[in-house]
Amino acid sequence: MFSNNDVLETIAMVEKEHLDIRTITMGLSLLPCIRDTAEETAQKVYDLVCKKAENIVKTASDLSAEYGVPIVNKRVSVTPVSLLCAGFPSKAPLIGKALDNAAKTLGIDFLGGYSALVQKSTADYEKIFIRTIPEVLASTERLCSSVNVGSSKTGINIEAVKMMGEVFKECAYLTKDKDGIGAAKLVVFCNAVEDNPFMAGAFHGVGEADTVVNVGVSGPGVVKRALEKIPDANLTEVAEMIKRTAFKITRAGQLIAQEASKRLNAQFGIVDLSLAPTPAMGDSVAHILEEMGIQTVGGHGTTCALALLNDAVKKGGVMASSRVGGLSGAFIPVSEDIGMITAAEKGAITLDKLEAMTCVCSVGLDMIAIPGDTPATTISAMIADEAAIGMINNKTTAVRIIPAIGKGVGDQVSFGGLLGRAPIMPVHACDSSKLINRGGNVPAPIHSFKN
Amino acid sequence: MRTVVTVTGKDKKGIIAKVCSFLAERGANIEDISQTIMGEYFAMIMIADVSESKKPLAELAKECHEMGKEIGMAIYMQHEDIFNAMHNI
Repeated sequence: MFSNNDVLETIAMVEKEHLDIRTITMGLSLLPCIRDTAEETAQKVYDLVCKKAENIVKTASDLSAEYGVPIVNKRVSVTPVSLLCAGFPSKAPLIGKALDNAAKTLGIDFLGGYSALVQKSTADYEKIFIRTIPEVLASTERLCSSVNVGSSKTGINIEAVKMMGEVFKECAYLTKDKDGIGAAKLVVFCNAVEDNPFMAGAFHGVGEADTVVNVGVSGPGVVKRALEKIPDANLTEVAEMIKRTAFKITRAGQLIAQEASKRLNAQFGIVDLSLAPTPAMGDSVAHILEEMGIQTVGGHGTTCALALLNDAVKKGGVMASSRVGGLSGAFIPVSEDIGMITAAEKGAITLDKLEAMTCVCSVGLDMIAIPGDTPATTISAMIADEAAIGMINNKTTAVRIIPAIGKGVGDQVSFGGLLGRAPIMPVHACDSSKLINRGGNVPAPIHSFKN
Repeated sequence: MRTVVTVTGKDKKGIIAKVCSFLAERGANIEDISQTIMGEYFAMIMIADVSESKKPLAELAKECHEMGKEIGMAIYMQHEDIFNAMHNI
């Protein structure tokens, strides 16, 4: 049984500290939808998504009211679309449009899975598919896209890395009147996970069940408040406090995940133990690091503090959930975290520091605006660096950067809502094109040969 | 189905009477009440069984919260499992 203090603690977490379930994401296999033509396939895709996920919004709203915990996002992830279109890759945008329409019908904000997995090499149909991404992200509203360009097992596909630098630029260019929001809906991964509930990188892996519910928890505000109560504790005690807090947050996620999967007639997939910030005050991962003792995030010591935080969140969460997966760790998007935005505006945090932080956080270079005239090969080189970190360290890394067309350092981009705003960060001016233009693969590291 | 009803806010007359009759009208059976005053601050935690209520919990919870706003108190009705999950191993 729980005590009165426990009850009041939970209510304070929700009322004052932004405890929420960040997302309920329904993963759907679209493999049964493949037909001879793109038109028929698109129709089947629309019908299947609308039918299987028809109750997702209502169920989330009921659960939120019954348990008194806000559920912020309701989303759907689907089988990588490139697999559905191998026979007609140039018509893949029809499927993209059908998925966007399904998201609108369901009343969900994002649907992920306009994706391709090309970690070893890029098949001809995938090359054509990847080239459709900019047009599709510019002409749809709620569809998200991701491409996996490397893994610890396969090495890095530099041909795909080169292509994705160009795709990022084209995405930004085609949506330049909206600050390049097309690029904000695209993620390039190394070691992509197949059960990630978070956007923009969610897709439904082919090894998954037909219909799955994955839940992402959050609560950076709760962790920060917990640390405020122990200002003089040593780092061992800090780690313990984060573990305990992560445990409680994750238990709420586990309960909602089980109940949601039951009501939605889906398999319970995983709980993703992430600390996901929003641009709201009191919902920042950067502020946790500052609470730990860094004057401004980005200063020396930030990587260490983030490593401790990331690890303690996992340790607390793992015991609280029967099935853990997804990305699970602390996210460090720049535009979606008020502490990061402030540090970037002051010039306290740089791309190089962010890259170092991605070695120990859950994902990678996320929601970073760079000058619009950055060459595509430089963007590819940034992707290659991130992929190398992921490949060597057996972790997921990702790049989601926004080349701000017509803007430079000193300007900012603004998307509103959860995507937030970001000052444009300088990138290194030196030319990396020769490395990228060499093509080929970065071979898998020696420690991947474990068989 | 057991729920936890929490009522917090500035103390005033008639809070308990109002909340209890509101719950009774909706078929909720109150199993436990604990209440304290800290300075001017009122805090009450009740366990209420709503199995016999004709309304779904989501709706009852919304009504409780709305009624709370009318009397200037923060009232939450939540399924007890959220507390069991978060505070028990």
